[in-house]
Amino acid sequence: MSASRNRELLALVPVALLLTLGFAAVFAQNDNQLTNLSLSYGLYFLAICLATHIYIRIRLPDADPYLFPMIALLTAIGLVMLYRLDSETGNELARDQANWFVFGLILFAVVIHFLRDYSVLERYRYTIALVGIALLMAPRLPFIGAQVNGAYLGVKLGPIAFQPAELAKLCIVVFLASYLREHRELLVVGARRILGVTLPPLKHLGPLLVVWGAAMFMLIVIRDLGSSLMFFAAFLALIYVATGRLSFVFIGMAMFLAGAWVIYQTVPHVTDRVDIWLDPYQDPGGAGYQVLQSMFAMADGGLFGEGFAQSMVLIPGTDSPLLPAAQTDLIYTLITAELGLFGACGVIGIYLLVAARGFKVALMANDGFSKLLATGLTTVFAFQAFVIIGGVTRVIPLTGVTLPLVSYGGSSILANFILLALLLLVSDRARREAREGV
Amino acid sequence: MNGRIVKLFAFIGVMFAVLVGFTSYWTVFDAENLKNEQVNKRPLFTAQKVERGRIFTDGGTVIARSVRQGKGASLRYVREYPLGSLFGHPIGYSFAEQGNSEFEAFHNSELIGDNNEFSSIFDELRGRKPEGNDIVTSIDGTAQQVAIDQLAGRSGAVVAIEPSTGRIKALAADPGFDPNTIPTDLNALNQDADAPLLNRATQGQYPPGSTFKLVTAAAALDSGAITPEETINSPATIDIQGNPLANSDGSDYGDIDVTSALTFSVNTYFAQLGEEIGTGTLEEYMDRFGFNSKPQIDLPANQLSISGVFDGQTLLSGGDAIDVGRLAIGQERLLATPLQMAEVAATIANGGDLMKPRIWNEILDPDGRTIRTMDPEKQSEVISEETADQLTEAMRDVVNEGTGTAAALSGIDVAGKTGTAEVPDQERCDGLPNQAWFVGFAPADDPQIAVAATVECTDGQGGTIAAPIAAAVMQAILEG
Repeated sequence: MSASRNRELLALVPVALLLTLGFAAVFAQNDNQLTNLSLSYGLYFLAICLATHIYIRIRLPDADPYLFPMIALLTAIGLVMLYRLDSETGNELARDQANWFVFGLILFAVVIHFLRDYSVLERYRYTIALVGIALLMAPRLPFIGAQVNGAYLGVKLGPIAFQPAELAKLCIVVFLASYLREHRELLVVGARRILGVTLPPLKHLGPLLVVWGAAMFMLIVIRDLGSSLMFFAAFLALIYVATGRLSFVFIGMAMFLAGAWVIYQTVPHVTDRVDIWLDPYQDPGGAGYQVLQSMFAMADGGLFGEGFAQSMVLIPGTDSPLLPAAQTDLIYTLITAELGLFGACGVIGIYLLVAARGFKVALMANDGFSKLLATGLTTVFAFQAFVIIGGVTRVIPLTGVTLPLVSYGGSSILANFILLALLLLVSDRARREAREGV
Repeated sequence: MNGRIVKLFAFIGVMFAVLVGFTSYWTVFDAENLKNEQVNKRPLFTAQKVERGRIFTDGGTVIARSVRQGKGASLRYVREYPLGSLFGHPIGYSFAEQGNSEFEAFHNSELIGDNNEFSSIFDELRGRKPEGNDIVTSIDGTAQQVAIDQLAGRSGAVVAIEPSTGRIKALAADPGFDPNTIPTDLNALNQDADAPLLNRATQGQYPPGSTFKLVTAAAALDSGAITPEETINSPATIDIQGNPLANSDGSDYGDIDVTSALTFSVNTYFAQLGEEIGTGTLEEYMDRFGFNSKPQIDLPANQLSISGVFDGQTLLSGGDAIDVGRLAIGQERLLATPLQMAEVAATIANGGDLMKPRIWNEILDPDGRTIRTMDPEKQSEVISEETADQLTEAMRDVVNEGTGTAAALSGIDVAGKTGTAEVPDQERCDGLPNQAWFVGFAPADDPQIAVAATVECTDGQGGTIAAPIAAAVMQAILEG
């Protein structure tokens, strides 16, 4: 027990060191005197992580030792990049993000405290599903909804703006895990082979149709291809893991593509996004600007990058962005431009390792709900990273989801710390049961 | 379920590998193409971060320098031209948004310190930022000023070359522009009907008129078609290709030699001479003088014009139907740039060898040490020294007693040739019919400077309009 916690503690030290070095580098780049401020930032960060570590040691002694340090590492990378941006733009995004990090950890502690027995989530699954859908719809509500670049992703409540989709993704994963745990047998039995393809009974295609309908609805209502892709992919992954039927996945993908095609033809915002993805040069100064600048910045990065805080974010001599939304959408581009292909691979590597540990949690879990919950949470996290990195590298159309924990944004930080809390809860139970030989 | 979870993880691994693949494509495999994209302004902005080197006159006066703006990540350098429009041509401009032109464009890599691939990679590994090199030109600031003053607002150009080295001592064109105004006025300048961005000295194509008789005489003497003593009967009017051709003063000169023919610019003499030597020989000598291809000067090829016989935009060659009698006197759709005509004068002045014209003279590193010095290069051996001497004698007479007396300088022997061509596009010139020319060099016995001066759209003659301009510029350089 203490062995895994000690590993966690040990892993936190290089994370804090990296943050300290990163802040020190920004100071050095700006010709500022190297004050002990950067050191105190590092110590502050380490102290918060230590407090969290002690809390985990007390409440979840058996939880996976690598997840929290890796999540902290991603947060640290985000903080350093934001601090580097602030030095140029004069904003205080890094400070805001650090505050969100603290809030996120508080929420993390609260979730762990109240959801010690997370199986209660199963009992409220329909309520949770409704909350999730309500959250998704919120940006279209009058007065509080906010449109950004044609997509409805944000909600404004007075001074507080947040992206409800970030929280909705958790609700929907919890619902799907619970629903599929109960119905997975039904989906498997009674399957028939028609023309060599195994098809589930028609009446059980119902849930599939509902979720497909929800994803299409999201495409139309919130107009965000990225989010709907992320949700639907998590759903297909879960249904595959739950039933083992690849036919579901293929039917689902075909339906998604067909639906997306129709919507591409009819919803102008989606049409624009896809057209720009296919040919950004058609409007290099307007709609294609962001993705083109992303490619150009990466080209400047090369193998090793231009160096930390060296790449151009603003058009020199102006306040106009050369890398639009570098703090959110294009933060991966910024990392690639400054730390090169190797730095970018490092970041992708961290996400892959988080996914590996998340799936390890699912593998070790003993009951269906825990397995599906861990799988769903990990998948949605990994897919979110894929959707935004794929967007800025033109694998798929660019959409406005955040790079989990690295991009600037409070909702993303809060949601991902809840996600981490849930994963650690599942992990703690699974490993405790394994240790106790249940 | 565990097997399926592992498969799902493998699938996510593949998807992340796709991300790595695409990132590699943009950062490495397609990076060069992306950097060359027209809409990619990053390379220009990056260049702005380098303190671009200064450009000097031969006397060390600053023509162009970079001024620091901002600091930290927003640090950049902006070009400043203290002498304003004086050096708009041929130095051009360099700005992040508008790009580079003329000399600034041609010498961009030296000015941003991009010496060679190897050393820049080495510098990068050492974390050293590239620094721009300074360039000292061979242009004489005083002569350039005199040239602009002498043009006095008339459209035209002056080119002055040091014959033995090819060094450009003055290269002025009017109308010009103040490069400092480029960031705000580029569009307006592009649309200006007077075409101030056109460097008339290197891009202006004009009928050279009688100044071209030097090329005809050079070809005839050097090929042995005539001897200096040989005479040709030169009446007031003759028929060339079925059309009458007259001397400009209407005189019948009788039997004259090549020296007299040049001195008094006798059309009927040169038209017959042209027909005698033929298109092939004349073309060969034109090629040697630098006609029919871009001048080999250190300016961007897209800002240089070819001199030759044109049918519209098409350059004609020996195989096409050319009226060689009229070509011999500088008509017949022949167009030449002032630079080309200056090269003709410089070749004769240099004993028959054409040197490659060069604006740059010396490159200095940021610490002021000389990295490279211009090594004069021969472009071609055009005519023999003997022919050059014979032409020089004739050109002396032009200035002493012929059409070019206005180019005479007290105490200095000037050799030259005037030209007054009919402007092909009369409408553009509001009825002012002439293109006035003077080409020449001084001192005639030991040439230090060769000049071509021309003025567009004038009712005056080469001898009265262009010769005084050339004289003043030569004087400025010889006295300087």
